[in-house]
Amino acid sequence: MDQLEHFLSLLLKAVFVENLALAFFLGMCTFLAVSKNVKTALGLGVAVIVIQTITVPANNLIYTYLLKKDALGWTGISSLSGIDLEFLGLISYIGVIAAMVQILELILDRFFPPLYNALGIFLPLITVNCAILGGSLFMVERDYNFADSCVFGFGSGLGWAFAIAALAGIREKMKYSDVPDGLKGLGITFITVGLMSLAFMSFSGIQL
Amino acid sequence: MARSKAADVLLTPIFSNNPIALQVLGICSALAVTSKMETTVTMCIAVTLVTGFSSAAVAAIRDYIPNSIRIIVQMTIIASLVIMVDQFLKAFLPEIAKTMSVFVGLIITNCIVMGRAEGYAMKNNAFMSFLDGIGNGLGYSVLLLIVGVVRELFGSGKLFGTTIFPSVNEGGWYVPNGLLLLPPSAFFLIGIFIWVLRTADKDQVEHD
Repeated sequence: MDQLEHFLSLLLKAVFVENLALAFFLGMCTFLAVSKNVKTALGLGVAVIVIQTITVPANNLIYTYLLKKDALGWTGISSLSGIDLEFLGLISYIGVIAAMVQILELILDRFFPPLYNALGIFLPLITVNCAILGGSLFMVERDYNFADSCVFGFGSGLGWAFAIAALAGIREKMKYSDVPDGLKGLGITFITVGLMSLAFMSFSGIQL
Repeated sequence: MARSKAADVLLTPIFSNNPIALQVLGICSALAVTSKMETTVTMCIAVTLVTGFSSAAVAAIRDYIPNSIRIIVQMTIIASLVIMVDQFLKAFLPEIAKTMSVFVGLIITNCIVMGRAEGYAMKNNAFMSFLDGIGNGLGYSVLLLIVGVVRELFGSGKLFGTTIFPSVNEGGWYVPNGLLLLPPSAFFLIGIFIWVLRTADKDQVEHD
């Protein structure tokens, strides 16, 4: 029971309190560029959830069994114990992410063509989405174990998807409002995101 | 002639074609570090150097990169440079490295770095690409520094940690604007900055 409670609080924290998009500004480039209508925003959101749920645990395994100090101890070879490869972290994580995106692309293309077509250009774009790399880096920094990182990966992806869907909804309605010329498009989007982020900050006091 | 072209490549991104204000690139990792000048300046220097050198490196080997794996090659070059920056900061500026936490690593996915490698360095020679990278890095820095100065000066009455406006809590007259230290203010400031820029230069206004 305790375990379940722990996972639930981790999930809620990842979705709301520490929302990757609105509390840490991650994945902003795509966040602003692909939020013009709800449908594409949702497609991208789903892609991010999937990739995030796969890559965070995968990177967790790599970190625990290859990179961390003494991580190579499990091989039983004495000369390998005590090696600290943490400096290779960044390059391994981005490699895993790029590879996962590529694999997912192939699988979707082969087995789920409708979904593949729906996601289209967004899949490769996800490689350079900072939210994905950010998720892995936070996982390392906060020392999550494997189970935690599965929950965190899913939760943070979900939070990002929520945020982009909400922003897209607001931007669709914005067509009807009278925005000053200079603010049109990008400017007003920034202000909107600022307000959304302000609203999300009210979650920050919640202790779970 | 060649010289003026070089100057052109270096200077346009800073003023007339600013990567953040006009192309919304690379704001992901930028906003979270601007609440203090120290981290802002470190971030600016890091991004400028990484952009410059990665562009130069990509340009130097551009004829040998097979087209289908170019993204991975670029990523590897960028990631290696970022690891160098990360290790350097950890060794010589541990305090700043701690405050910036994952955001140093996120330079890898900064769209400016990737965008310049893909958009410019793949087609031009190493020297010009280097200038282009530095120019774009500086353009990014200009905006980041403006946001950083406003946030620290009005948010806590300080610049680089030295008091400029003595705040009320310390017996002075200035009542700090707490909002500016919170994440959303960065969005508002960039939104306003874009507004000012586009009011001055009508060509940039977006029409639906």
